[in-house]
Amino acid sequence: MRAKTIINQKQLELTLNRLCYQLIENHDTFENTVLIGMQPRGVHLSQVIHKRLQEITGNTEIQIGALDASFYRDDFRRRSTPIEVSGTTIDFLIENKRVVLIDDVLFSGRTLRAALDALMDFGRPSSVEYLVLIERRFSRELPIKADYIGQTIDSVVSERVDVQWKGDHGKVILTNIE
Amino acid sequence: MSSLSVDHILGIKDLTKEDIELIFKTADNFKDVLNRPIKKVPSLRDITVANLFFENSTRTRLSFELAEKRLSADVINFSAASSSVKKGETLIDTVNNILAMKVDLVVMRHPNAGAAKFLAQNVKARIVNAGDGAHEHPTQALLDTFSIREKLGKVEGVKVLIVGDILHSRVALSNIFALQKLGAEVKLCGPPTLMPKHIESLGVEVEYDLRTGLEWCDVANMLRIQLERQEIKYFPSLREYTMMYGLDLKMLNSLSKEIVIMHPGPINRGVEISTDIADSEHAIILDQVENGVAIRMAVLYLLAEKMDRQK
Repeated sequence: MRAKTIINQKQLELTLNRLCYQLIENHDTFENTVLIGMQPRGVHLSQVIHKRLQEITGNTEIQIGALDASFYRDDFRRRSTPIEVSGTTIDFLIENKRVVLIDDVLFSGRTLRAALDALMDFGRPSSVEYLVLIERRFSRELPIKADYIGQTIDSVVSERVDVQWKGDHGKVILTNIE
Repeated sequence: MSSLSVDHILGIKDLTKEDIELIFKTADNFKDVLNRPIKKVPSLRDITVANLFFENSTRTRLSFELAEKRLSADVINFSAASSSVKKGETLIDTVNNILAMKVDLVVMRHPNAGAAKFLAQNVKARIVNAGDGAHEHPTQALLDTFSIREKLGKVEGVKVLIVGDILHSRVALSNIFALQKLGAEVKLCGPPTLMPKHIESLGVEVEYDLRTGLEWCDVANMLRIQLERQEIKYFPSLREYTMMYGLDLKMLNSLSKEIVIMHPGPINRGVEISTDIADSEHAIILDQVENGVAIRMAVLYLLAEKMDRQK
């Protein structure tokens, strides 16, 4: 297995900051906006972004939650390994809120499809946006696009893209799994 | 990656500690689902479940049916009272006829011990035992231990006293297995006539004095006297049973510590526990019922997860 760093810590820093400012451009003070990290790997990213947004805007009351869409997945009983269920914590109402769903890597688009279904069971948000740190091109299986994209990369199915975190900082690793 | 070690839920005896912990972890998530505005997930929408009840039930049957519906499964119900069983059809024939209608999972309650296992060996469907005679009632024991875990934060090391009609109780047997697998200490309490012979061989102690037992325990699980299963008289009168083994608030308040009161239902108020206890904050009886749905969702979900899609 070959692994290489495709985005180092310094580059990722810039990307994270850019994503935060893009969010602020559209959501101003985040008064009516909530952030929701997608389980399992989007949660840490959402916390990192949440922390930075609070520092930049000075608003310490930006709401954040975590959403697990395991029970809504379309590959239940179709995959070789069982789905690992993580927890959902949404301690606020999403009715009429602007929701930003956050995940680390956009690959097939199926996780987001499940997440949208799961989210709608909590209420009717006024809008839903999708933020991903890494968008993998040419691998979508559903008509899904992200609203905020950290970096777009070209990769093939036999490669895996992981974001490795050390506290608030991270790097992106590409591994050949063949 | 975690998955159940069994293909059917026939009894707690067949489950490993890891299985029980996986069921609890999954049930935690389903409990969360049950507290949402829309209490339903689509996981089992391509599964059909048959609930076969050859014996009366309110709680278990409703709980299973609700669990199945919350998972989006299709549900058919069957009760022996209104069926061809009365016309002389055998159990295997009855179930095979139901399976011919493309049913994937069978939840069965039956008055005979071993009926669920017999079915699992003879028909092609996943079986969940919802109580077989005086043998096992696995989902009840799972929800009981899950409720203890929720109330006290753990099951390991907790002292549980099971009081009442142990002889006729499938709940007692399943509870003993589940509690022991999770590392709890178990004592049984009841009249000697209602205590099975050689029960100590399961590694449990027997206490014939209720007060001594209550002073020892952290949790008391008060079982119902199952008059419908008692073909002979095991004690002189219900009144005498209540005097010896019934729990009331006066007795509870005189104990040196607070204990948790459980009851698998249906309660005979004024027999095994008094009304003021059943409605007090010591009792977690309604929490048990609430947890029952989440536990049954977890069991069905995990069994379905192991089912072969291409049949």
